[in-house]
Amino acid sequence: MKQKLKEIDTNKFLLWITIVMFFVMYLIGTIVFHDDGFAKPQVFLNLFTNNAGLIVIAVSMTMVLITGGIDISVGSMVALHCMILADLMQNKGMSMELAILVVLIVGIIFGAVQGFLVAYLNIQPFIVTLAGMFFGRGMTAVISTEMISISNEKFLNIANNKINIPFGGNLNSHGVMMYPFVYPTVIIAFLVLIIMFIVLRFTKFGRNVYAVGGNQQSALLMGLNVKRTKFQVYILDGFLVSIGGILFCLNTCAGFVEQAKGFEMEAIAGAVIGGTLLTGGVGNVFGSLFGVMIKGTIESFISFQGTLSSWWTKIVIALLLTFFIVLQSIFAKIKAKK
Amino acid sequence: MKEKKIDIKKITGHHLFMPLLCLAIVLLVSVSYTHSFFVITIKNGILYGYMIDIINRASELVILSIGMTLVASSSGGTDISVGSIMAVTAAVVTYICAGGQQAVTSLAAPLIIAILAGLLVSLICGIWNGFLVAQLGVQPMVATLILYTAGRGIAQLITGGQNTYIRVDSYKVLGSKIGICPVPTPIFIAILMIVIVSLILKKTALGTYIQTVGINAKAAKLVGLKPVTIRFLTYAICGLMAGIAGVVASSRIYSCDANNIGLNIELDAILAVALGGNSLAGGKFSLAGSIIGAYTIQALTTTLYSMGVSADVLPVYKAIVVVIIVSLQSPELKKMFFRLKSRIGSGKEAA
Repeated sequence: MKQKLKEIDTNKFLLWITIVMFFVMYLIGTIVFHDDGFAKPQVFLNLFTNNAGLIVIAVSMTMVLITGGIDISVGSMVALHCMILADLMQNKGMSMELAILVVLIVGIIFGAVQGFLVAYLNIQPFIVTLAGMFFGRGMTAVISTEMISISNEKFLNIANNKINIPFGGNLNSHGVMMYPFVYPTVIIAFLVLIIMFIVLRFTKFGRNVYAVGGNQQSALLMGLNVKRTKFQVYILDGFLVSIGGILFCLNTCAGFVEQAKGFEMEAIAGAVIGGTLLTGGVGNVFGSLFGVMIKGTIESFISFQGTLSSWWTKIVIALLLTFFIVLQSIFAKIKAKK
Repeated sequence: MKEKKIDIKKITGHHLFMPLLCLAIVLLVSVSYTHSFFVITIKNGILYGYMIDIINRASELVILSIGMTLVASSSGGTDISVGSIMAVTAAVVTYICAGGQQAVTSLAAPLIIAILAGLLVSLICGIWNGFLVAQLGVQPMVATLILYTAGRGIAQLITGGQNTYIRVDSYKVLGSKIGICPVPTPIFIAILMIVIVSLILKKTALGTYIQTVGINAKAAKLVGLKPVTIRFLTYAICGLMAGIAGVVASSRIYSCDANNIGLNIELDAILAVALGGNSLAGGKFSLAGSIIGAYTIQALTTTLYSMGVSADVLPVYKAIVVVIIVSLQSPELKKMFFRLKSRIGSGKEAA
């Protein structure tokens, strides 16, 4: 019994550290930046609004990491998706629905190609997606090296549609009750999160994903089609990244080459901080949500502080990532000794 | 007739055959596109021409690919932080040279101290990667992903987000030419690095050790080698090589552009190793192959530039080349091919 308890501990321990860390950080923020209004519900909700796209991508990354793979092409794919959306709507006069459909199809095709190379040709996922990363960024430049702003009315309406939350409001200087709000992107992101949680936890596909990542050899001996599962994972990953790209685009309403640079690092960091093991087999999409939230909190810290440069975010995230990777490897060593 | 056949097989079977063939193909395309390919002139006391340009520009890549080859061989992974380490090194060197100023026309500190400090920092970066990979057992690419992202942030932190200019002639030597010698200095540095590393690998057993660890770490351990130490060493060497490349790159533009020094060069370095016929999954390696690979890539880059492909679009072509090369290396593809062949064969028999 005791042995069993310990087993659960090591896997869930990292997740708990993350959740506690998030709340502690937020608490510190509310104390340090109390006068600037860090404690306002709106500031908290902005964490979700600013990171809606990243949440979806971190969820997708979690799934890929669980199979023991990795996808570092997500950042440049987001840039490519944004650019396709902007180009189709602005320069080609396409309707919003059609442009979104095109992006989703591009995402699926891209995922399928990467999946084929990883699953059927057995090439290291890192090499495949590294090539994908350069391909995506380059293709973005092929479409346009200039920034394209989106002025499609329907698109902007969705992007700026504030959904008020009927509590936690406060009176502004004119005496009008102001309720905190979120954008539709947050709702979509949460829908994806919940659906992916259910898919990974309660479906046959989800169990296959965990089995393949846990031990590929035993999964194969159990009669699982490892290659097909991996292939499916990368297709789903391509699809989810395109959804993430659309959400990201709703946030920025523009497409340009340098967009979403370093996104892959943030997504991987989010998943790893959220308790996903890089060796595969262990991971939870809700952990990744908290991982992304921690990154968002660091960003808010830096913007509230005012004098620190934006590259501090990258350095702090890299430090956090290192911390969790080291923690993971220590746990793995303890486990191996047992 | 029979003898000839054996000869051809011997040639095509040589491990440097494919890399040289690739180089020949790229050069052939290059020659057909540019008429002045073989023309070499002297401008401002320095050799000038298409071929010189390729050999000169490839210097950093050659230096990097040496380190990358060792890393790929010992750990079956790649170091993707080399570009960022180049930027950090350049930032440190220019910072010390300028004494914290924006742009200077005289050195604030002796050049040799600045360079040594820069190389020390790059070595520390390499040691950090080595610690994560060898000691903690983190996957190489994830471990180096940390410095890949943080490196440019650190470089910007050092330079204060600005480009630092060192307008001093002695600083430009490494990137241009020494005295009246018309051959660009980077070529000498690249050759020097090749000679030093290959001497170390040949004269000591290090090369064999690295391969042994890469082929089978457990067996290597049983034989009495220390896989952890050897992997650690290769990452440290890779960091140092990146530092040397960073100093050369910085000297070329006599400044530090933290955002652009060594940008995307990690893909080129990995590509060079793969093109050289080395397996990215570890094990046996050929330094000569990687070096030929590096020159091939620079030839490809220069050719694409001369064909009017912009720098932004270039990664698309390289990504496609990478995918093709690693696919060809994949044993799964060979199996698929054989299956298809036998299926067609049996189909014919049935007909």
